[in-house]
Amino acid sequence: MNKHQSRAVEKIQKEFSSRVDEAHDEATLFLTPENFIPAIQLLRDNYGYDMLVLETAVDYWPQLEPRFHLVCRLWSMVENDMLGVRVPLNGNSPSLPTLTSVYPAANWFEREVWDMFGIKFEGHPDPRRLIMPYDWEGHPLRRDYPLGYEEPQFTFNFEKIAAHKPHPKE
Amino acid sequence: MPEFRDVTLDDLRNLVSDRALSGETVLLNMGPQHPSTHGVLRLLLELDGEIVINCIPDIGFLHTGVEKNMESKIYQKAEVMTDRLDYTNTIGNNLVFCLALEKLLDLEVPERAEYVRVILTELSRINSHLIWLGTSCLDLAAMSVFLYTFRERELILDIFEMCSGQRMMTTYIRPGGLWRDVPAEFTPAVQNFVDIFPRRIEEYDGILHKNRLFLERTKGIGVISAEECIQYSVSGPILRACGTAFDFRRARPYSVYDRFDFDIPTQQNGDIYDRYLVRMEELRQSTRIIEQALKNMPGGPTRSNNHKVVPPPRSEIGTSMEALIHHFKLWTEGFSVPAGNTYQTIETPRGMLGVYMESDGSPKPLRVHYHTPSRTGLQAMPIMTRNRFLADVVGIIGSVDIVLGDADR
Repeated sequence: MNKHQSRAVEKIQKEFSSRVDEAHDEATLFLTPENFIPAIQLLRDNYGYDMLVLETAVDYWPQLEPRFHLVCRLWSMVENDMLGVRVPLNGNSPSLPTLTSVYPAANWFEREVWDMFGIKFEGHPDPRRLIMPYDWEGHPLRRDYPLGYEEPQFTFNFEKIAAHKPHPKE
Repeated sequence: MPEFRDVTLDDLRNLVSDRALSGETVLLNMGPQHPSTHGVLRLLLELDGEIVINCIPDIGFLHTGVEKNMESKIYQKAEVMTDRLDYTNTIGNNLVFCLALEKLLDLEVPERAEYVRVILTELSRINSHLIWLGTSCLDLAAMSVFLYTFRERELILDIFEMCSGQRMMTTYIRPGGLWRDVPAEFTPAVQNFVDIFPRRIEEYDGILHKNRLFLERTKGIGVISAEECIQYSVSGPILRACGTAFDFRRARPYSVYDRFDFDIPTQQNGDIYDRYLVRMEELRQSTRIIEQALKNMPGGPTRSNNHKVVPPPRSEIGTSMEALIHHFKLWTEGFSVPAGNTYQTIETPRGMLGVYMESDGSPKPLRVHYHTPSRTGLQAMPIMTRNRFLADVVGIIGSVDIVLGDADR
């Protein structure tokens, strides 16, 4: 962690009592959905993290608490510094406030996260799917979404597989 | 099952202006099958006469589910898919994947491999810029440039073929180094290319630089400001054409880029013409980097010695039991990567390419995400096309230099 980054991280830790993780020379702040927007707003306005260079999610199914992590990376053009942000999200259909008010670029990134993981962004200006067709069902990048081939069904697991098997559209 | 329905005006109500609802302006569909959209891009345009009021890009027609597929493949096999994302800059896609993986594995790469990587990545950048120059001039009805640029592109593809046996989908850069050392003809071939290429750049410049038809189609069109670029995470030549000298090769040097002397070209106006100037200068700078790398290329191995990750040489397998076991393990179950996550960024011809890689300690990645420059460039399209003529939209798409395989993944 360089000097600029550790100042920013300390401030966020003090303000929002969040945990920080360091690995491979990358620092990551853990935020909650409640303080997600205020913390990032603070980082952008006071510490120069003016560019959003990553916003995606990771699914930890079958673990449910937390099932998802929203993963962001912020970039500072002036300091040439990258800072990671993670937001753990519980449950199967989580939601958190949208980042579009802070970074307009988040618009499409969040549409993709909604499309692929089914994480809702409250207050998003254009909550359509980005990549999949608009009448698609399910969220393909979830770990419990089948890869495409048919799983063999036997008597003992027939019901279980039938429950999540994709059916052809009528 | 929800009923199949068409997209109605209600779905687009907050995207288009009120005048579209009363029928005062026209909604025009452009694509996905349109020769000048460089792939399968669909644009929904709201037109007032010939003026574009709104542009709504619609992507996903080339979605191949690469990220989902990678989660069920071992790392060596997942890397093969990265070529298919941005098919004009395949080497760069391999490089960013390997850099991220090497960071997670804490793997050292031999010096010689790093230099070959740099040479190939820069050749790949030139290759990509040549395709951009040819096709975007084709959009502006300048036929001849295309023929010239594809002549030089052929030389680069020959070099790729010489190294890897493949012209486009090379997968030549592997975790821990390269697939194998470059052949003996490699150095003369690259030297030959470096010798003739600067003259060829002058040829393109001669056709376009002061061509009135070209200037009128490009000057002052598709303007975007540096602030808007940063807000929309747009990087690369588009940002540099707005006057910001920002390049990840300089800002966060990866591989051995910190050892080379090169300039970051910038322009001030942020229009199509300035992007053209920036990219032309980048061709020259890339040639400079290749020249330096070729001159200083050290000898030695091109693969790491860690045979837990890198397959042992074929000659050892017949004589060494350990090598045989390593080979067997690597090709049946792959190598395990310590749990953790990382984000690696590189500068591609289009801008910043980042790969987020997370491992749970198994031989298959938990998540690989490609943050691609084509998508951020497309997202900024509405700003560049606003209040321009319909005919300029084609030129603007060309100047953003999108690759739909990169945007849709």
